Amino acid sequence: MRTIFERPKTLINKPFTYCPGCHHGLAQRLIAEVIDELDIAGKTIGVGPVGCSVYIYEFFDLDFVMGAHGRAPAVATGIKRSLPDRIVFSYQGDGDIAAIGTAEIVHCANRGELITSFFINNAVFGMTGGQMAPTTLPGQKTTTSPLGRNTEVQGFPFKLGEMLARAEGSAYIARVALTNPRLIGQAKRCIKKAFLTQIEKKGFALVEILSPCPTNWGMTPPEAVQWVEEKMIPYFPLGEIKVKEDSSHAS
Amino acid sequence: MERILMKGNEALAEAAIQAGCRFYFGYPITPQTEISEYLSRRLPEVGGVFLQAESEIAAINMVYGAASTGVRVMTSSSGPGISLKQEGISYLASAELPCVIVNMSRGGPGLGNIQPAQSDYFQATRGGGHGDYRTLVLAPSSVQELVSLTHRAFYLADKYRNPVKILGDGMLGQMMEPVTWEAVELPSLPPKNWAIKGKNEGERKFILCMELDPRELENFNRKLERKYQQMAEEDSAWEIFGEEDNPDLLLVGFGTVARILKSVVREGKKEGWRLSLIRPITLFPFPYNEVQEMAQKAGKVLVVEMNLGQMVEDVKLGVEGKAPVHFYGRVGGMIPTVDEILQKIADILRGEGRK
Repeated sequence: MRTIFERPKTLINKPFTYCPGCHHGLAQRLIAEVIDELDIAGKTIGVGPVGCSVYIYEFFDLDFVMGAHGRAPAVATGIKRSLPDRIVFSYQGDGDIAAIGTAEIVHCANRGELITSFFINNAVFGMTGGQMAPTTLPGQKTTTSPLGRNTEVQGFPFKLGEMLARAEGSAYIARVALTNPRLIGQAKRCIKKAFLTQIEKKGFALVEILSPCPTNWGMTPPEAVQWVEEKMIPYFPLGEIKVKEDSSHAS
Repeated sequence: MERILMKGNEALAEAAIQAGCRFYFGYPITPQTEISEYLSRRLPEVGGVFLQAESEIAAINMVYGAASTGVRVMTSSSGPGISLKQEGISYLASAELPCVIVNMSRGGPGLGNIQPAQSDYFQATRGGGHGDYRTLVLAPSSVQELVSLTHRAFYLADKYRNPVKILGDGMLGQMMEPVTWEAVELPSLPPKNWAIKGKNEGERKFILCMELDPRELENFNRKLERKYQQMAEEDSAWEIFGEEDNPDLLLVGFGTVARILKSVVREGKKEGWRLSLIRPITLFPFPYNEVQEMAQKAGKVLVVEMNLGQMVEDVKLGVEGKAPVHFYGRVGGMIPTVDEILQKIADILRGEGRK
């Protein structure tokens, strides 16, 4: 008998603890598949966030460091500078990376830090129960924007990927979604490129992953997938935002 | 033995390199910037990494990342910058990561000024950030001691897997004194089997700073408590200067103030006073027992600080009411003079000193 589908070796044999319809599990599975395919598990170190995926270390058969809210890019910098031959990736949500940790991610990208960053954008603070995030869409209701986000009062959804793409040090920036098999395939290719960008020392790499949060959006999982496709993707267009081909990172 | 004239901040930076520190993350702030400047030149020469961070917050979290891999790592700052680092220091204590944090403190609160002060004593000795934790705090009093205590700081950080603070001030950082550079012998330490390096063929390892189960978190806090007790038993340090056995009055001061108090002890002798000085070298753990013992011998205590009265609370805890404890402080970057302190002592010995 031939095995055509199995659990990635880099994932521990333990069920994910995310809510039904959340895409954290899908995203983490894709990261694990890529780590398997690149055969880098032994030298890869993950840096976790504060938020729904604070327990990410429990699911990966990797060395992991848990840092403070928003500080993962600085923690990852400290690790990578100490162990430059290891592969270091960080995994953060929108509150973590685009609110409290904005300074850390911008400067990490601008230094061209040789790390790979994954950014789960679900337009809401998940762990604390559905408050407005920097990526909450105009008009979107949350527990701290109960009348819907009013851009005159609360400003605009933050397009972090586009912003980081402007930094000289960033080498690869992409935005993906996981709402259908075609997009999942594209996402996996982007995740692989983001790791290869680090391995080939091209510079900083980030993949923004649009993800549904049915629990805090007050939707069923299918409705939430539809909302990503109909509401989020038009505001946060998918694709490779920046691809730097040369490896002229080292000065 | 080679003796060279060095600025305090530069001597500390060189001592860090000699102690095996190869990683430094910092952000400029007066009066400690020479530490960064010196290490930006020296670390690349020895194959190390100097990185100027975008903020104190980023710097301390870079320290956290580097410390996770088991390397010797340092950051330095002054008052306002140390305040920004407090979140990270709490996480370092929680994750049991060794590192050295230097505070060349200045006048506060707020932006304050860049003159020497000791007003960060509470912040340094009470943990400083959120949660129930402590850091070891070493208080050098000379440029030579900036060197020896920097070596000791890295040793203690590794021994306890805990952040260690060096609490100096603008005067110690900026002054020049001769330094003797000699080999430093410290006990050997166990290998850092906990360090994160990528699992290779081994078991995965974590550096964590969270425990949601209150019973488990209580167990962890108790573990930290035992560590702090061990610090008190094995690593508290102090110096006694002047009259040891039958003093008229005990002086207590640390760092810069202790230098002035040594002059006070000498000048007091000319007045016919038998004065004794106890200088805590570790502010945490604080030498409570030794302070009480000396206070009982003297019967009267005068604490001098460059703040409104912070260490005096620890002195009172140590003395336990067994002798009156007087206080004299200058603040805002003002440095107490020998004459001012002699006047205060004269008042106390005449029975006029207010407690």
